[in-house]
Amino acid sequence: MRLILEKRAETPLAMTIASPLIAVALTLVSAAVIFLAMGQDPWAALHVYFVAPLSDSWGLQEVAVKATPLVLISVGLALCYRSNNWNIGAEGQFLVGAMAGGWLALATHGAPQGPWLLPSMLVVGAIGGALFALIPAVLKTRFGANEILTSLMLVYVAELLLDWLVRGPWRDPQGFNMPVTVTFEPEAVVPLLLEGGRLNLGTPIALLVVAIVAVLVGRTLKGFEIRLVGEAPRAARFAGFDERRLTWTVFAISGALAGLAGILEAAGTVRMLQPGISPGYGFTAIIVAFLGRLNPVGCLIAGVFLAITFIGGENAQIMLRMPLDVTRVFQGLLLFYVLACDTLLLYRPRLVRSAAA
Amino acid sequence: MPPLIEAQQIVKRFGSLVANDHVDLTVAAGEVHALLGENGAGKSTLVKMLYGLLQPDEGRILWRGEKLVLNGPRDARRAGIGMVFQHFSLFEAMTVAENVALALDGEEPLPRIAARLAEVSRAYGLPLEPRREVWQLSVGERQRIEIVRCLMQDPQLLILDEPTSVLTPQEAEGLFATLGKIRAEGRAVLYISHKLEEVRRICEAATILRGGKVVARCDPRQESAASLARMMVGTEVGSVRHDAAEPTGPVRLSVSALSMPPAEAHGVALKDISLTLHRGEILGIAGVAGNGQDELFAALSGERLAPRAESVALDGTAVGREDINARRRRGAAFVPEERLGHAAAPRFSLSENALVSGHAANGFVRGGFVERGRMLGWVDAVTKAFDVRKGPRDPEARALSGGNLQKFVVGREILRKPAVLVVAQPTWGVDAGAAQLIRQALVDLAKEGAAVLVISQDLDELLEIADRIAVIFHGRLSQAMPVQGLTREALGLLMGGSGFPADDAAPGAAAREREPA
Amino acid sequence: MTLLEAILLTVITASTPLLIAAIGELVVEKSGVLNLGVEGMMIMGAACGIVAAIATGSGAAGVLAAVLAGMAMAALFAALTLGLAANQVAAGLALTIFGIGLSGVVGAAHVGAQREGIGKLEIPLLSDIPFLGPVLFGQDPFVYASFALTAGVAWFLTRTKAGLILRACGESAASAHALGYPVLRIRFLAILFGGACAGLAGAYLSLVLTPFWTSGMTAGRGWIALAIVVFASWLPWRAALGAYLFGGITILQLHAQGAGFRVPPQLMSALPYLITIVVLVAIMRLRRGGTAGPANLGTPFVPDR
Repeated sequence: MRLILEKRAETPLAMTIASPLIAVALTLVSAAVIFLAMGQDPWAALHVYFVAPLSDSWGLQEVAVKATPLVLISVGLALCYRSNNWNIGAEGQFLVGAMAGGWLALATHGAPQGPWLLPSMLVVGAIGGALFALIPAVLKTRFGANEILTSLMLVYVAELLLDWLVRGPWRDPQGFNMPVTVTFEPEAVVPLLLEGGRLNLGTPIALLVVAIVAVLVGRTLKGFEIRLVGEAPRAARFAGFDERRLTWTVFAISGALAGLAGILEAAGTVRMLQPGISPGYGFTAIIVAFLGRLNPVGCLIAGVFLAITFIGGENAQIMLRMPLDVTRVFQGLLLFYVLACDTLLLYRPRLVRSAAA
Repeated sequence: MPPLIEAQQIVKRFGSLVANDHVDLTVAAGEVHALLGENGAGKSTLVKMLYGLLQPDEGRILWRGEKLVLNGPRDARRAGIGMVFQHFSLFEAMTVAENVALALDGEEPLPRIAARLAEVSRAYGLPLEPRREVWQLSVGERQRIEIVRCLMQDPQLLILDEPTSVLTPQEAEGLFATLGKIRAEGRAVLYISHKLEEVRRICEAATILRGGKVVARCDPRQESAASLARMMVGTEVGSVRHDAAEPTGPVRLSVSALSMPPAEAHGVALKDISLTLHRGEILGIAGVAGNGQDELFAALSGERLAPRAESVALDGTAVGREDINARRRRGAAFVPEERLGHAAAPRFSLSENALVSGHAANGFVRGGFVERGRMLGWVDAVTKAFDVRKGPRDPEARALSGGNLQKFVVGREILRKPAVLVVAQPTWGVDAGAAQLIRQALVDLAKEGAAVLVISQDLDELLEIADRIAVIFHGRLSQAMPVQGLTREALGLLMGGSGFPADDAAPGAAAREREPA
Repeated sequence: MTLLEAILLTVITASTPLLIAAIGELVVEKSGVLNLGVEGMMIMGAACGIVAAIATGSGAAGVLAAVLAGMAMAALFAALTLGLAANQVAAGLALTIFGIGLSGVVGAAHVGAQREGIGKLEIPLLSDIPFLGPVLFGQDPFVYASFALTAGVAWFLTRTKAGLILRACGESAASAHALGYPVLRIRFLAILFGGACAGLAGAYLSLVLTPFWTSGMTAGRGWIALAIVVFASWLPWRAALGAYLFGGITILQLHAQGAGFRVPPQLMSALPYLITIVVLVAIMRLRRGGTAGPANLGTPFVPDR
């Protein structure tokens, strides 16, 4: 017996919804197997990982806090991937956004500040992320340099830049030689929404972004352009769309959203700059984008799911003494399953007997 | 003596489609046997099974009376079956010798292969340079590689899939001479074609397929082209009503001294192209694939901008520096050669595909927002006017058959009542009924006052619908000549390059391979 | 030992893993497959290599485990991209994320565990030649292996029928299939070879270069190997040149930091990444008008049945 793929003439709608759900189910099964292999009770471990984070208000708020950057970044990445622009440097754009917005907070530190400060920080952060993302975009359209490699290399550059800033010029003189900046002034901090938690204004901003991008993709000519360029580039040229300009646009949008996520994280959750400001949001967002089927609303749901795995992973580290890297294993597996299930959309797999000799 | 090859009761299914339905085929040694049928009749599927590329679901193949099981082309070659594909199976970035080596089984060193290649080339009058890379070669030369590398395996049966559709009439004559030699050596040829006159000339037996079934066997020499066509199509196909006439109306499209460098590495440069196209006229551009047709289409449509505005003029306005949508707003419409991927996005619905060429000038977009209702209405109108057969109201483009999708992409443009229509290969690979409908629509559009430019490799098509024909060769365009008094031979000579200035640049001209259907 | 000798020796050790991984990926790409998961396969090789070496006390067992780990990862990638025709870019990213995570789990118990590195393999007599001797003939076995690999792959691709067939699959999968070649099987073998090379490169990191395990220790070397393949225009010997160029830069910046240049160390550390970008741009400029890459690179192939 062997597996062969038959092209489908038409993709069934039920399959587009079922495919990510199947992927999640397979990941949970695999997770149980891995827990078992690590000597854990699979039910208990699954509970710690995927259920416990949702069991109280604090946990729910934490999920929202973690989901916010993932959703913001992945929505932008989805636009890139839809149009065949492989921006995988969102982690770097996130950090540059945090640095750019953080610079404004640090520059005004100790001076009289007004209500304009926080909005300006968000704008500057978004611009910083966008400009940083435009580097691989321009190198791609101008020189044909592979954007996958250039955008990824810039992640390392951004990490090292942040490292230098917080150990050098921006270090808090009273910080006991720790690589951190001063804590932001209250006016430079994203306001909390609820008492007794960390949920802040960033979450509604992310929801707003999802709504805007959903309308952009589904209802506007620009959204059609993005989808067409990715699906059939020659047809896009026939439609008169400028592929180069579109590459700049989607890189700028995704960089801006990653930068916004970065400064929201710095000014909302962390309230200062430090090297470990991101637990890999920029890379996890790639998985979120695919799990969400490159659809903004899908990214929202997928972002929440992956946020749960982040918190579940921290819980498991504390309660079950499991290494944090287990989370990455799940995330990688999840992406494998998502890609495998996506095959079902284009092809109908069929088992056949091998040709008899 | 048993026949050389006999296919008995072959059945092949793809999902719910029965591509071959209990097909029988018998070819005797020393025979040139035609396999006739419309696109989609199941010819390619059948020969792929004879070459081991596909395995039949039912039925069996006998080779000289004994059962033959083919698990792959290698088995077929070992038995003595060679095949020349319609969409060549060549590797552009490799040399002729490497391409030949890849078709030979065994570890023969390249120098030995090159020597044998020279020998076979000489014996059959098919000259080839072993060290040249394929992308540098013309379509005719590429076909020579395919034929020579088959002959080097000393096949008893040679399968040729639509071999002349890409050749000039003179090149086709050369091919027939080679086939004569092959037959004289006692080898058999299975010849797939839909050019009926040709089949009547060179084949002594024919099997005709329709809808996956054998509908007739005959001796084509005893039949007329019309009777063969009837057997293929099943019904009478009407002819296009058209009276070719000298142009009289005002000029709607003019190109003057257009020169453009190639867009990509292996492309063709356009050199000093001029033409005028009048109201009510159909101008045909003939030529072998890869002589600048794609580049000319891109320059006329505005997919690539011309160096000077005056190079292209629509109704007297210089538009050479305007993009495709600006030209659409001026009343021009375009149909590119590739249906899937260029004219239409395969996984987009028809209504979204209406938006592809209609977003600029059809009123489908308001304030940046897409008006789905209007697009659907457009799809309905095209469906009705052009008899597009489809299941759901708004299916994905890839779900349509070739003929129906072509009717949609042509209809999508004609329904706009364009002043100028530029169309490339309007009926390539579509069934006779759809081809007739599309050609008639083009003729009618011209009659209503539009100017129509048809780029086609199909000389019969151009002679049927065009008023004047020009030939493109190595990026240069000949004078346009009135169809009256024009012969296939005269056109064929031009398509082969005679009468054109000697080439200044290397013949980068070469067809990019089409994706196999 | 002179300073120059010392520098050359360190350049060789920095370049060898890049070369091994790049040669493997070069073969994969020549078959028409883009596997962006080199980083993930490499780090799995590093983790499994040192874990097996510590468990068995044998360096050879470590190397074998690393190669097998790289191949297992590659097989996963192949199952997705060949078996299920999944998007190669996304599958490669998944492989990297998965590999980084899994290597952390595998190596968790051994963080910082020291182990004696694999020794040098001095070629008698030849290694006694002054200067040239230690540089050319006093290296560890991996260095010799990297050059043997380069030569072998160069020979295979240009001089053998099998190499011609592999290139044919990368140029046009459809044509190769029409001629009867098992495109998917050939690509599968190429992917496995790439995985084995990446695993071997990983073993070099954890068994020779820094003979202990730290999580994330590949530090982007897998990605640089990918860039080297582009830089090399898919030519094996040029990949060796590229690997040594990058290795040289890495070492120079280390020496510059050591020599007390008044430049922030982070800037020096960023140099290899910045140089990668510059090189990618420069090579595309030089190659303008034509690409040397396999025509079918990154395109999934599904044969009709």
